[in-house]
Amino acid sequence: MLLRVKRSRSSSTAPRTSGAGWLRGVIGLVVFAAVLEIFPRTGLVSPLYFPPLSDILVALGQEAATGAFWISLLLTLRSWAIGLAVAVAAGAALGFFFGSSPFLRRLTASTIDFLRPIPSVALIPLAVLLYGSTIRSTLLLVVYASIWQVLIQVLYGVQDVDPVARQTAVSYRLGWWGEIRHVVWPTTLPYLMTGIRLAAAVALILTITSELIIGTPGLGKQIALAQSGGAVATMYAYVVVTGLIGVVVNILARLLERRVMHWHPSIRRVEAA
Amino acid sequence: MQETVNLATRAASERKPLLRVDKLKKIYEGRTRTVEALRDLTFTVGDGELVCIVGPSGAGKTTLLKCLSGLLSPTSGQILLQDRPISGPPEAMALVFQEYGRSLFPWMTVEANVELPLKQKGMQRDKRRKIVSEALENVGLGHVGGSYPWQLSGGMQQRVAIARAVAYQPKVLVMDEPFAAVDAQTRADLEDLIRTLWHRLGVTVLFVTHDIDEAVYLGERVLALSSSPTIIMDDVTIDLPDERSQIETRSLPRFAELRRHLHEQIQRAKSTTG
Amino acid sequence: MTNALSRLFWALALPVVLLLVWWFASAGSQNFFFPPLAAILSTFRDTWISSKIVDDVLPSLARLLFGYVAAAVIGIVLGIPIGLSPRLRAYVEPVLEFLRAIPPPVLVPVLILFAGIGTSMKVLVIISGCIWPILLNTIEGVRGLDEELANITRSYRFTSRGRLLHFVLPGASPLIFAGLRQALSIGIILMVISEMFAASNGIGFTIIQFQRSFAIPEMWSGIILLSLVGFVLSVLLGLLERRVLHWYFGLRAAQRGNS
Repeated sequence: MLLRVKRSRSSSTAPRTSGAGWLRGVIGLVVFAAVLEIFPRTGLVSPLYFPPLSDILVALGQEAATGAFWISLLLTLRSWAIGLAVAVAAGAALGFFFGSSPFLRRLTASTIDFLRPIPSVALIPLAVLLYGSTIRSTLLLVVYASIWQVLIQVLYGVQDVDPVARQTAVSYRLGWWGEIRHVVWPTTLPYLMTGIRLAAAVALILTITSELIIGTPGLGKQIALAQSGGAVATMYAYVVVTGLIGVVVNILARLLERRVMHWHPSIRRVEAA
Repeated sequence: MQETVNLATRAASERKPLLRVDKLKKIYEGRTRTVEALRDLTFTVGDGELVCIVGPSGAGKTTLLKCLSGLLSPTSGQILLQDRPISGPPEAMALVFQEYGRSLFPWMTVEANVELPLKQKGMQRDKRRKIVSEALENVGLGHVGGSYPWQLSGGMQQRVAIARAVAYQPKVLVMDEPFAAVDAQTRADLEDLIRTLWHRLGVTVLFVTHDIDEAVYLGERVLALSSSPTIIMDDVTIDLPDERSQIETRSLPRFAELRRHLHEQIQRAKSTTG
Repeated sequence: MTNALSRLFWALALPVVLLLVWWFASAGSQNFFFPPLAAILSTFRDTWISSKIVDDVLPSLARLLFGYVAAAVIGIVLGIPIGLSPRLRAYVEPVLEFLRAIPPPVLVPVLILFAGIGTSMKVLVIISGCIWPILLNTIEGVRGLDEELANITRSYRFTSRGRLLHFVLPGASPLIFAGLRQALSIGIILMVISEMFAASNGIGFTIIQFQRSFAIPEMWSGIILLSLVGFVLSVLLGLLERRVLHWYFGLRAAQRGNS
């Protein structure tokens, strides 16, 4: 590889707990669950607002027995996956394109800085008008929010390319494609992985948000329905499910990142996300 | 300007013992194995002495320093500073580490870095400012007080670390391979700086290094350590003239003799392990 | 051209071009959903430069500010001891990982149960969403403090207060600011959502009202207003960051120069 190996700390992919830490984590979870059970039962928290954990789990079990639950789950995951895929593909393509020339970088910098902090939820009214409560509303929000995560990371990556490696590629006459394969891509890959991880989390949030607010079918919509129908335990059950999905998505994203980086010669510092 | 106190001209035997290390032993108990880093270290450092400590890598030099500076507790044996046992970082001691890049706070200016330990000590502002500017003058950095450490070269950063240690007004200055990470020319300047400061301030200096030449050039005494489990292999008095210069002193025949003697000791130390 | 003028040119070039394209492409538009930019901009003035500023914009921003600052204080105050103690961290980490994985907007219906649909609900929602990036980044920042510097504070016998003020906080501040940046975007999202879901005033509420009553140019003007709010707040945070972390940017530049 035409790369210098830079050694540095990668806080996002390093294993987080070990040995005794694992046991302590379990204890923490148990204590947390106990609090969630005991506080409502003893009236410290009104059971009207927060049912005991056991009630929530029972409601979860009941929901899981219904077909509607699994359909909602799949719909949410489908929206998330499609939105994420589009965002990653478009974000990476744009990132490589804009990053490939200093001229384009300077030209687009201010526009990206302006568009990026726009809260995607500002588009909710527009999405409702255009697409109602179909999946396209959700995709509009998800793609808009997630694309920035990927685009920005890929831009960082392309800028991080070692000028010496680039010159070496030129002197070996690798050509445009060769340069991308051997120089740009390996440097940018870690950044792209980070972007995917960040985008995955954002995409999930926006998917559920869209279902919650706009009413696109999915887990978010179930939460809204449960809340307006007064089925408090069921509402919390769905909240727990979204949390679990979030945890699984995070873990999968980190695993993927670690897998890809395992054979990659260069590891770079990643800011905690 | 401080009055010059030249304890170095007093004979070593006249000096009161300042630091006493008695049968120091340190064993690291790991999960899978036990490592005896220090087996039995016993030595004394007199008030105002400049003592160098050499040893092969893995000789437990860092462990010894961590015990001396109160950052690590020994398994057995004791360390007495001014006849009081050490139990935690002693107030009369200041340290300078090898990695200057990681020993200065990057979010503070040079002045603020040197001043901070004095602030923590509770010293008043006017006195602090005076000491800080003197310390920076002493190391030749009077003009960079307002800069940040990362704006300076490696040698200058190390000088700041030394200024900070000196400003703390310790009785003992402990230095852990402080010049190992700088280039040769800077190292030479810094070595001379240490001797100048030592003469001027009369502070006791404990200087750890792996470089035998440096140890002989700097020290009044050199302690040679063995590999772990570490003991003291030799305690050599450096009878070179007190006025030292890089070129002349290093070309003295006596320098070469002392150097060879220590070199042989270190070779012996490397071959006897466990 | 001087340096500043040149930077201004590059900053404005593409946006101006895009705006012009939008203007002319939509000029004679009959499309209900995409009115002419000219119409949007004129309604912008009429809609927002009015009593709406006091009735809607300021309350929204006030809730955001209050919730954001509260989340920052809580996140940092809790994050420091957790970051400093590996034992505490081990106990607490899995629970935190679960709680932070819950998409913050989901807490809107939950908190409505506890706090109704008033201002306190919105502030609570913002706090509950903003706290996670700040807390977790503070923990990570404190955890990653340089061991050598820690030894310095010990051997020079720093007081606990001194160690906190001069070592822990500045050392963790780059990561803390990364958390603050993420928290800001989450806070804005939550501010809008909490108002869209259940409110009687605010920017989000107003925009949804426009959409429901098909006041399309007004709706678009609301979208533009939100964009401006997002942009201005992130610029302000960026300015603050550049001041507080000027040493960090200098340090990184120096390191890049050496590598």
